Amino acid sequence: MILLISAQNPSLESNIDNRFGRSPWLILFNTETNQWEAFQNPGASQSGGAGVAAAQFVVDQKADVVLSGDFGPHAATAFQAAKIEMRLFTETTATVQEAVDHFKNNQLPKFQ
Amino acid sequence: MQIAVASGKGGTGKTTIATSLALSLAGLAKVRYFDCDVEAPNGHLFLKPTFSESTQAVIQIPKIQTETCTACGRCVDVCQFHALAKVGENILVFPQLCHGCGSCTWNCPENAIVEVPNPIGSLERGKAMESIGFYRGQLTISEPMPTPVIRQLKKLRQSSPDTIDIYDAPGGASCSVVETLRGMDFVLLVTESTPFGLHDLKQIMGILKDMDISAGVIINRDGIGDNAVETYCTAVKLPILLRIPFDRQIAEGVSAGKTLIDIYPEYSALFQQLVNQIQENC
Repeated sequence: MILLISAQNPSLESNIDNRFGRSPWLILFNTETNQWEAFQNPGASQSGGAGVAAAQFVVDQKADVVLSGDFGPHAATAFQAAKIEMRLFTETTATVQEAVDHFKNNQLPKFQ
Repeated sequence: MQIAVASGKGGTGKTTIATSLALSLAGLAKVRYFDCDVEAPNGHLFLKPTFSESTQAVIQIPKIQTETCTACGRCVDVCQFHALAKVGENILVFPQLCHGCGSCTWNCPENAIVEVPNPIGSLERGKAMESIGFYRGQLTISEPMPTPVIRQLKKLRQSSPDTIDIYDAPGGASCSVVETLRGMDFVLLVTESTPFGLHDLKQIMGILKDMDISAGVIINRDGIGDNAVETYCTAVKLPILLRIPFDRQIAEGVSAGKTLIDIYPEYSALFQQLVNQIQENC
């Protein structure tokens, strides 16, 4: 399963970023292999349409699940169309690694 | 003659000046007033127009013809505004992000995009005080893009050489101000002598320099703040055309929907002089 997680820095120890479209980094984590890779979020530098730019990137990575603090209406529309599940960090999610662990333990609520 | 009333800083008195200017000139020339502050138009509160015509302001947005679209994604790549996304074999359109530039339609190799009008606001035309042509643009609440509404409002104007057109600009120094100022012969900058007034005056002067439009300053609420605006105007040779004192009666009158001319009729002659001065120098 491919997870995409919004993060402040390019590592698993990095703090998560609660913003989806404007987070500086998106961390791709493969739950089958435990391999990960950090990508600069193409939405972060946009003057407008950040959510769609970031969502397009996530869709292109063939993600199954995207994890962030919240999702704007445009990004949410794109993920619904792409059937990518949206999950939200909880108050105890601090780092990217914790986001992965909490997701694996099914502790992250679905975005409605 | 095209005169815009702009300010940079909000709340300096653009509408007070623009509406009073229109009223002062109404008996002497053909006058039209354009409320280009489409996110919060308020000139009607003072000039109390009767509207006779209303049309929609629209943006042409793409509509994907699914029968011919091959989902190649070219439209997504060329859209600078991320108004399109490709999900599987479908192209999604996000109307609120679309600037109506037409790049997607132009670049589609399959001719699979048609453009359809998306209403984003209204354009109204009427008369105020019997002789003032009154034009108002209004952006629908929740719509993010004021510039197309302003552009379409200004297009309603039919060219008429001896008419004085007054454009009430939005506050700030962003795209909607630039759109309002395009094509102006002169810009009246309403400011107040405070650090905020000066800061934003400098910003709008940057725009006017780029657009090569002449301007003059009206200092409103004169007597408050400091002398920094005057020092700046002297330094950059920006004429101060009028000063309106900080006056409780003006504040009370404006709050009750009165124009400066209703409150102090002697301003009528001052505004007429001011326009004569502008006409001589343009």
